[in-house]
Amino acid sequence: MPWRTTAATALTRRSTTTSLQCTVGVMYSLERPVQGRSSCSKDRLGRKRRTVVSSLTEDEELTEILKSYSSNKVTTTKYSFLSFIPKNLFEQLHRFANIYFIFLAALNFVPVVNAFQPEISIIPILLVLAVTAVKDLWEDYRKHKSDKFINGLVCEIYSRKQQMYVDQRWQDVHVGDFVRLSCNEIIPADMLLLYSSDPHGVCYIETANLDGETNLKQRQVVRDLPRQGSELTPENFHSRIECENPNNDLSRFRGFMEYPSKARVGLHNNNLLLRSCTIRNTETVIGIVVYAGHETKAMKNNNGPRYKRSKLERRLNVDVLWSVVLLVIMCLTAAIGHGLWLRNLKDTSFLIPDTTSPALSGFYLFWTMIIVLQVLIPISLYVSIEIVKLCQIFFIQNDVDFYNEYMDSRIQCRALNITEDLGQIQYVFSDKTGTLTENKMVFRRCTIAGVEYPHEENARRLEVYEEDEAMGCSHTLKSRASAKSLSCKSLSCNRSSVSLHTLTGHSEGEESPSPTLPRHSAFSSPMEKDIVPDPFLVQKLNCLSSPLFLLRDASMELTYIVDFFMALAICNTVVVSSPNQPRHVVEVPEVSRTPLKSLEDIKMLFQRFGLPRFSTLSSPHTTESPRSFTRRLFSRGKAASFTPSPSPTPTKLGTEPDGEPNLEASILSIRPGLDGVPGEDGDQGYEEEGERGSWKGEEDKMLHLNPGAWSGLENSNGGEGPPSEPRADELIYEAESPDEAALVHAARAYRCTLQGRSLERLLVELPGMGSLAVRLLHILPFDSSRKRMSVVVRHPLTNQVVVYTKGADSVIMDLAESPKGAEQSDGRQGHIREQTQKHLDNYAREGLRTLCIAKKVLEEEEYEIWLKRHAFAETSIENREELLLESAQRLETNLTLLGATGIVDRLQEEVPETIEALQRAGVKVWVLTGDKQETAINIACACKLLRTTDQLLTANCDSKEACKALLLELRAEVERGEAAEGTSGFTLVVDGRTLDFALQEDLKGDFLELSRRCRAVVCCRSTPLQKSHVVQLVRDQLRVMTLAIGDGANDVSMIQVADVGIGISGQEGMQAVMSSDFAISRFKHLRKLLLVHGHWCYTRLANMILYFFYKNVMYVNLLFWYQFFCGFSGSVMTNSWVLIFFNLLFTSAPPLLYGILDKDVSADTLIKLPELYKSGQNSKAYLPSTFWLTMLDALYQSLVCFFIPYFAYAGSDADMLSFGSPINASALLIILLHQVIESRTLTWLHVLVLVGSALFYFSFTLVFSVVCVTCSPPTNPLGVDKLQMSQPLFYGVCALTTVLALLPRFLFHALRNSISPSDTLKAALMDQLNPDNYCRRMQHWNQTQAQSKARGLIINVEDLDIKIPDFILPKELKECRAATGSVLS
Amino acid sequence: MMASSYNAKEDGHVTVPGGGTIQNKKPDNTAFKQQRLPAWQPILTAGTVLPAFFVIGLIFIPIGIGLYVTSNNIKEFEIDYTGTDMSSPCFNCSQSFSWNSTRPCTCALPFSLEQPFESNVFMYYGLSNFYQNHRRYVKSRDDSQLNGDTTSLMNPSKECEPYARNEKMPIAPCGAIANSMFNDTLDLYYIDPNGTRIQIPLMKKGIAWWTDKHVKFRNPGGNPNLTSAFQGTTKPINWRKPVYELDTDAENNGFINEDFIVWMRTAALPTFRKLYRIIQKKNNMTPTLPRGNYTLEVTYNYPVRSFEGRKRVILSTISWMGGKNPFLGIAYITVGSVCFFLGVVLLIIHHKYGSRNNTADIPN
Repeated sequence: MPWRTTAATALTRRSTTTSLQCTVGVMYSLERPVQGRSSCSKDRLGRKRRTVVSSLTEDEELTEILKSYSSNKVTTTKYSFLSFIPKNLFEQLHRFANIYFIFLAALNFVPVVNAFQPEISIIPILLVLAVTAVKDLWEDYRKHKSDKFINGLVCEIYSRKQQMYVDQRWQDVHVGDFVRLSCNEIIPADMLLLYSSDPHGVCYIETANLDGETNLKQRQVVRDLPRQGSELTPENFHSRIECENPNNDLSRFRGFMEYPSKARVGLHNNNLLLRSCTIRNTETVIGIVVYAGHETKAMKNNNGPRYKRSKLERRLNVDVLWSVVLLVIMCLTAAIGHGLWLRNLKDTSFLIPDTTSPALSGFYLFWTMIIVLQVLIPISLYVSIEIVKLCQIFFIQNDVDFYNEYMDSRIQCRALNITEDLGQIQYVFSDKTGTLTENKMVFRRCTIAGVEYPHEENARRLEVYEEDEAMGCSHTLKSRASAKSLSCKSLSCNRSSVSLHTLTGHSEGEESPSPTLPRHSAFSSPMEKDIVPDPFLVQKLNCLSSPLFLLRDASMELTYIVDFFMALAICNTVVVSSPNQPRHVVEVPEVSRTPLKSLEDIKMLFQRFGLPRFSTLSSPHTTESPRSFTRRLFSRGKAASFTPSPSPTPTKLGTEPDGEPNLEASILSIRPGLDGVPGEDGDQGYEEEGERGSWKGEEDKMLHLNPGAWSGLENSNGGEGPPSEPRADELIYEAESPDEAALVHAARAYRCTLQGRSLERLLVELPGMGSLAVRLLHILPFDSSRKRMSVVVRHPLTNQVVVYTKGADSVIMDLAESPKGAEQSDGRQGHIREQTQKHLDNYAREGLRTLCIAKKVLEEEEYEIWLKRHAFAETSIENREELLLESAQRLETNLTLLGATGIVDRLQEEVPETIEALQRAGVKVWVLTGDKQETAINIACACKLLRTTDQLLTANCDSKEACKALLLELRAEVERGEAAEGTSGFTLVVDGRTLDFALQEDLKGDFLELSRRCRAVVCCRSTPLQKSHVVQLVRDQLRVMTLAIGDGANDVSMIQVADVGIGISGQEGMQAVMSSDFAISRFKHLRKLLLVHGHWCYTRLANMILYFFYKNVMYVNLLFWYQFFCGFSGSVMTNSWVLIFFNLLFTSAPPLLYGILDKDVSADTLIKLPELYKSGQNSKAYLPSTFWLTMLDALYQSLVCFFIPYFAYAGSDADMLSFGSPINASALLIILLHQVIESRTLTWLHVLVLVGSALFYFSFTLVFSVVCVTCSPPTNPLGVDKLQMSQPLFYGVCALTTVLALLPRFLFHALRNSISPSDTLKAALMDQLNPDNYCRRMQHWNQTQAQSKARGLIINVEDLDIKIPDFILPKELKECRAATGSVLS
Repeated sequence: MMASSYNAKEDGHVTVPGGGTIQNKKPDNTAFKQQRLPAWQPILTAGTVLPAFFVIGLIFIPIGIGLYVTSNNIKEFEIDYTGTDMSSPCFNCSQSFSWNSTRPCTCALPFSLEQPFESNVFMYYGLSNFYQNHRRYVKSRDDSQLNGDTTSLMNPSKECEPYARNEKMPIAPCGAIANSMFNDTLDLYYIDPNGTRIQIPLMKKGIAWWTDKHVKFRNPGGNPNLTSAFQGTTKPINWRKPVYELDTDAENNGFINEDFIVWMRTAALPTFRKLYRIIQKKNNMTPTLPRGNYTLEVTYNYPVRSFEGRKRVILSTISWMGGKNPFLGIAYITVGSVCFFLGVVLLIIHHKYGSRNNTADIPN
């Protein structure tokens, strides 16, 4: 026994054990079953899983295991105080350039080859290393500060010593600890939810810090955990948790918990509270930490800024290699020259006698020359490029045009080193939804049971909104904004908004996701909420409670309608909250749970009435008498009056045989809904009385039919209304996707209101029936492979198990295809399917997003069987996802189609203009979307991707052979079309299936050839994987620069594959943003980003790199020419300090400024003339020819710069340094003035830096020549420059050299600019005109451009509206044009 | 609650009681941040660069002419005394050579000046094919020793090897440069029309740079007695006498001997001249060197034949531009003319193309 005590003492965490605890520990250790330990050690060997037990455990083996997990202390810093220098050096030495220079520095210490004093030659590399080290240190320090802050946050951990929860810092949290959190606290580590103060064992978390999604997510206490009335007592927790090893998948968590009783229960994502999320809406939660610190999912996902290598840099590396070749050639020349020279010499007085052979000396000299000419390889270039890019990013981030007022967000640059790639994009791949469109889904129309409800009023309402927003500063926006600020203030709980940035220790350089406040009601702007119901549909729904309703056929339709809206309301994951407590979910009130249970007769009625199967439904309309139907209706009236509250009155009403009061009651339940819609819209500016008139009329008619209704309404409103009715309008729906929100709002417009949600129940208010509690059995969440989601509920009225499914029309249509017992119903269902399909096609043509709604009734046995297998899937740890998918697919069969919805997703502002600009810029725009073909074409048309002059090519085929044939045929057509006049381009539309074939190895060539000739390509029905394949194919096969832009998780792979990935931080979470290189908030920003910043960044960087090469070659060649006059001995005519500093100090700042600020054309002109972008696309600024031309110029300049002083001083008594002095000075002048010639803009900053550099050089050399008495042997500069600069000859030589050296380039520029100016130059010339001329010229340009493009078609530049004769218009386009005219833009 | 306090202090956001922040992220709309700094946009076209060419032409041509005339006005006389030809008086001396020969070989070269040298005449010795700029040669010196540092005097720098020590004795001055110091003695005689030889007085002071003589080169210690100052050192191997016997004048002896200083300033190119003596103008009436016959008497010590070097003596006057060199003047004139010509060409081009740029017609 004593040994146990000591062991327990030793193993207790943080060694604060007291004797009291020891005794407790002994007790526990005695209690623990021995087998548990052995099994865990077995698992531990495998190490495929992680075992977590309570940290209070006494088991030494388990404690050891817990200790082996990393603690919650995060250090995102790379270095510690001690390790900084060695580690940073080590990292820097990974760069090739640095190794090269260290090698050179080391070489200089070898006596036979050394060129300078060893100390001097290490200066450049030290300087470069130091600059980089300082940068790294600064970055690291910032990280350290944020780490320290985060580690120091406080949370409550259960302490065994005090037997209670005590405050501890985050860094002291360990795996196995029990953490108690209260509302609005941030979760310190990934923990398993063990207890929630919520009676249902759920808690809500907000993951905005993690993924930017602001909607609440529900988490659930581990199932079957013995429910304790009070809080969970950590001492009594003896279960063992087995879960997977830490990974970065935020949406997956697998494992199981083994109770002491050996019972196992599966754990999944729903039980896990993730680090850096915030607890909402739940008073207290307790969890056990399973992953801590760097092993948390949040940290695993935090992979810092992205590093890509830009195209320009790849090109640059080639040229650096050329420089190396040049260097080797020069050194070889010198080495051979030296060898030959030595061989011809005999006894000399100036040679130091030694025994080395000329060949060996030549070999030594080779290395000496490498040291002397080292500057040829531009080391400082790499550092300079980094600095320039950082500044470019600074400018991009500070561009006020990228600021989005509504979201208060700027552009985020996540990749720091591909700015210039923005200027070379040739292909843009765009997502549609949320990228081109707003992703603000608004319910537009629907079809139920084969009947279309056009919702004309709704359409008109949408137009009103559109006009409002088109006006720019619409009051709608303003009022929205003010409402926003109001809601900010009304937030009761102080929302903590520690950004993801700080919590996960993000590296800086990226903005934290926008403050969550403005977005908290993201999917519920009035436009999305206020749906005007279709009068006919309302009428039909009203029939539920109207005595006039007698048509029997319609009654079946009515079941469809009710089910349809029921599905809209509940088949989702929408969380309901009320606005006064924005973060508080409206729960299902306990009281309203089972009001219907007691009313057996009503239940029976609905069972019959609401049966989905036509086998049973088709009979009633022949057998049922009108009387019985009326009775049924009356009874429904009863139901309605019962449900709102379980007060004693309904019972009384229900037992009353008379119909009258019931009717009144049912009208009553309709009223609030009717009231609500216009009431809320009152201030939103669509109070066109006429339009509302018809709707009102309907209402009046109805009321008129029930004269007693008004009084009844008033009465009962006072009596029993309040608890539920006023609330209905104020509910806030927080949905994961905007579609869901739109549908829930739509259902609400028809008074099928989702009123609350808890884990097991949904509260739905149905017209004429009041609030019903629906038991939620399962949610089968949406995934992209199934393209649908389902809920399994127990129907409140029929008490059957019903599956409601909603999903993409293609899949639902297929699933609804073969009802198994459908002999009789076939006709009916077939008819519905046929009609619905027709309507769907229409919707798509209108550009609406379509969703199909279906349901299925499960037999109890059927459900039991499924449930068993589903439970197995849920609890399994290995491949749970696959099993769940399979399970879902098993359930979603033989669906009954209820109807379909059409949702409008409006185009974002300026999308057509942006696309047009991109196309004019020579960028090919492809749209990759998961939507239907018709929708895609329609949107493409609306955003001017498809011009009316374009010829549309569609590729839909079912087999590979057909696909091949089609591709060839289309290609032939394109070739014919290219030969013929009249069409401006081709647009290819491919659907997903065809794309699959086309992407296969043997067809991709044909596909590319075809698509290359098309101006635009639209891929519809494509999966995320296909998107990335397409991007990859185009990028790799055509070797072009690609850009992918998208906003959703389905675009992530495409964004990652493309050369430049752009995320739109919009409505759909942050996954796209997290994986992107740049994140913008609107599609229109792409225009300025590419056309202006891309162009600038590219030309700036390209010019700067060329200039760097020029500068180095020019300077190094001076030293090389000297070798011909010093016996190739590696002598230099310059003081070694000046030589080293020449590149590092005297001429380093101007190119930087040049790379940061140079501006060839103004931003305005670049936007107005997108054609200018083409120069970057074709890499005009940095072609190999440009490189070699620059090299030649450098060679010429160095020749001039060397030989003019040479001839001027030849034969004179000039010593080496006096000879070098004018050479250096003129080289400096040439290099600086060369830049002036190359610069397109000179600001006062340029002047400052240029003059500063020159002054710096002259003052440095002067001072150096005065104070340096014995320093820097053998090139002691004492007196040299002082004397030289006092002589007129010096200035005479400098002036002549400078002029002669710069003459060719000066002349070349002047001639080229006069004789054949580039587009860029012409634009720059236009910039200098006065505004009037500028406008005139701009128009002229645009016209000529358009003419050359459209081959004679007249394009009015003013409104960019293309006027063309109608006969060219293909049929589809004409239609889509008409449709877009009315609906979209 | 901890998070909101963080918000307030870390981000500098103004935290309103409700918890929201009212600072927005809108970038400053400043000229610099929006890249709208006022800028001068030089666009080089024929029209704009035209004036520059003419201006350069107009400035350069006169300068060139001035330089050319100046250079032409400089009187320069050069005589090669290497003695490679059999006919040369110094042939014999050049044939028999050893650094350490005790018997000096002398030769006399007669020459005549066609024109009188009016102002101060600078007398140079010139060497050809002598690579004083060879890297290892240039390095082979000890600046500290020459600056009078006594430790360096006794322990010459490694760079001086193999001329740092001779038989364990430190060499002063050490190194290859000093060791190979030019040691011919040149004397100039004017042959009077009467036939009498008049020795022309040669100034041997003021031939070195002031900074070199007074700052860079210093004798070791404060000891005026150079013999004791250089105690413990030995002469360079090729020298005939130690460094403290270079001259009798204490101001021109030891390391501060001007001939030595001039030699130590290594020439830039393998063909070079070094100032040997200055012949000062006596008065305004008589030219420094009148026209007539002269004799150059050479004490021939310095070997150059082994590496095919040449030795010359140059007599030259100088101008503000230095010695005689027509190159710069010609170059200026040429460049000026080319610029002027290009200016004309550009004018034509400007007339041909420039007008096109001014119309609204921009060709695509």
